[in-house]
Amino acid sequence: MIDALMSIAVLLIMPPLLLGVITKTKAWFGGRVGPPVLQPYHDIVKLLRKSMVISRTTTWVFPLGPVATLAAVALAGLLMPLGPFPAPIRFTGDLILFAYLFGLARFFTTAAALDTGSAFEGMGAAREVTFACLTEPTLFFALLVLARMSGSLSLTGMLHGPEQGFSPLVAAPLILVAIGLFVVLLAENCRIPVDDPTTHLELTMIHEVMVLDHSGPLFGVILYSAALKLFILGALLLHLVSPFHTGTAWADWPLFAAQMLGLAVVVGVVESVRARLPMPHVPYLLLAAMLSCGFGLLLLVR
Amino acid sequence: MSPALNESRTALRTFTNGWSIDHASIPVLDPEAFAQAIVDAVAEGRRVVALFGAEARQQDATALYVVLADDDENLLAAARTEITGNSFASLTPRCPQVHLFEREIAEQYGLVPEGHPWLKPVRHHASWTGRDAWGREAGEPNLPGGELIAPGGGGFYRLEGEEVHEVAVGPVHAGIIEPGHFRFQCQGELVHHLEIALGYQHRGVERAMLGGPHAKGIHYAETVAGDTTIAHATSYCQVLESLSRCQKTARSQALRGISLELERLANHVGDLGALAGDVGFLPTASFCGRIRGDVLNMTARLCGSRFGRGMIRPGGVGFDVDTARIDTLLREIDAFDKDAHAAINLLWSTPSVMARFEGTGTLPRQAALDLGIVGPAARASGLERDVRQDQPCGVFRFAHIPASTVESGDVFGRAYMRWLEIHQSMRFIREQLRAMPAGARQTPVGALAPDSFVAALNEGWRGEVCHVAITDEAGRFSRYKIVDASFRNWSGLAYALRGQQISDFPLCNKSFNLSYCGFDL
Repeated sequence: MIDALMSIAVLLIMPPLLLGVITKTKAWFGGRVGPPVLQPYHDIVKLLRKSMVISRTTTWVFPLGPVATLAAVALAGLLMPLGPFPAPIRFTGDLILFAYLFGLARFFTTAAALDTGSAFEGMGAAREVTFACLTEPTLFFALLVLARMSGSLSLTGMLHGPEQGFSPLVAAPLILVAIGLFVVLLAENCRIPVDDPTTHLELTMIHEVMVLDHSGPLFGVILYSAALKLFILGALLLHLVSPFHTGTAWADWPLFAAQMLGLAVVVGVVESVRARLPMPHVPYLLLAAMLSCGFGLLLLVR
Repeated sequence: MSPALNESRTALRTFTNGWSIDHASIPVLDPEAFAQAIVDAVAEGRRVVALFGAEARQQDATALYVVLADDDENLLAAARTEITGNSFASLTPRCPQVHLFEREIAEQYGLVPEGHPWLKPVRHHASWTGRDAWGREAGEPNLPGGELIAPGGGGFYRLEGEEVHEVAVGPVHAGIIEPGHFRFQCQGELVHHLEIALGYQHRGVERAMLGGPHAKGIHYAETVAGDTTIAHATSYCQVLESLSRCQKTARSQALRGISLELERLANHVGDLGALAGDVGFLPTASFCGRIRGDVLNMTARLCGSRFGRGMIRPGGVGFDVDTARIDTLLREIDAFDKDAHAAINLLWSTPSVMARFEGTGTLPRQAALDLGIVGPAARASGLERDVRQDQPCGVFRFAHIPASTVESGDVFGRAYMRWLEIHQSMRFIREQLRAMPAGARQTPVGALAPDSFVAALNEGWRGEVCHVAITDEAGRFSRYKIVDASFRNWSGLAYALRGQQISDFPLCNKSFNLSYCGFDL
């Protein structure tokens, strides 16, 4: 019970910190001091206290978008086991719900974007769903590999694995899946090399351009949902690359937090050392990730 | 040489950049001969520097002037014609590089260039003569179709089709930049056509110069384009100096050269950083931002303004340097050299950056030639044109800066071009600082010669900056024409975008980095 409450608390509070750490890492690479790591919290609070400007051309779909997205992503978060702790909600087959909650979130975000009728937002929505067509199968392949390896159809069972741990024989599929999931993490959270979260150039944006018309509290909700999504996919990836735990709750929570921040640093490093891909090349990267996870499955079922 | 070519050459009055000539010595051709002279000159490899209207001496006529550059002979040439009536035959179908000049003439003087393929206003202001090329009533802001004359109006080139969609960007942009409207005709992510509408920052600089030289003239020149302060101010001062037969000291000319190259360094480094930023490559982006600040501070060390305001003054320069300051500047250049190498070489050695730069936004050599592109953008497309080399004036007559070229014509070419120029500018600044001639910083400028004509060209960091002045019988400006490099190069950007990904537009745009206010005047 305490673990479940703790999970919910960490899930709700920690995500913006990851954004802060990524920004700080990038600033370090650029030779700058950068904003404080807690800046995303301040930003979100600031946005929540502002008033909103809502275009006359929009309908009820527009404000619904960010809210429904937040609800879907937060629910997906409750299905995700954090570190060695079981997920607050878990049942057999919850991986399907997990994957499609992200799909639902995307649907509402793109619907709100199309609702504005702006050429930019339509363009961004088209890009988002095109790339999602490629990230979704990757995620499914990865989940299939994990389900097959663990014999469980619940995220908690799959990701924690059997009692005695995975046999060394499945190391190869696991590595392939981890690679695929890392690309999904970057693509789904609009990080470089797929998207540039800090650009101000509308024509190059993917995710950011869809939320150009949102302001004030709605935009704060969007920022928070984005951080939450990064946190959830990060937690998923962490199970594969760093399944270490001590077995005692008071030590495992700090360990989990430290690992998440480590992951944020890695994302920051990736963003710092390379440029964005040309947009026509993004599908190649996503296809490579999909093939990586696909081959993982192939190795396992052969 | 064929007799016809020989004839066209003698039909023009040749002169040197920055030297005033007697206005009467410019031959008055009849309109057909005038058009033919331009077409012939361009066919011979000369290029149009300026084509503009002016009030003719006789009533009911408008004079058209052309300034051509013969880069091989290092000479300029001028001719004029007088148009009676409300129209003249457009040259654009035969000589595309004059297309904007003709639109400008139509807007300013109400003369219709018959047969112009895309006759739209340029800056969306009322005609200077009360006669309107589009048949609008004086003071009424509407086109015949009921459309507003406000910038961005007047209709855009459109593609029709199921899969075609139109994207409108600006005039309000997401970043803190100047206003301009971009209209893309896209098929999915592919751009078929881009039309650029400017004019939002029209201030009337050319008109404000009339009747001058005014005390404010130098300030207008400095603010034609804020980032090209030195180049425009230098051209303006050269106009005054040549018209008043003012002998500048070698010292003041060296200082002008140094500040011009410092302006180039600052902007080129800033552009390379911005290009890195546009592809999301942070290390170079952040470091170049800082290094640009260092160069701006060097300019401030010369004259107290980071953008060179107050440095260039008629008759010389506003501020002198002492030995201590020269030593400091040399040290700062050395530090800049080291930092710039570290930050910018990272770009060329990072494959993911090169993947974005190479093959993006290619402007073929022939298109650059036809459109009359100038500056680094032209040199990146393999055209060897550089005013410092081709039409040298001031210190550049004594200290040569060889023009570098790149053949590729893409974003990489324009970026690498800047890096090559950074090397040349650093070398030039060092040489000039080490061998600073003695002399006064300023010599007085007297009254201007009456009935004269002068063209002063300078190679600003963005390309050719051209100021042409005509004086009346009292030695006052009766026409003052300014052509910024941006006026030539915006068409190049629109052309380079054809067949590109719309997501690459910001990158292409940054690789040209053109001025809005320099165009809008």
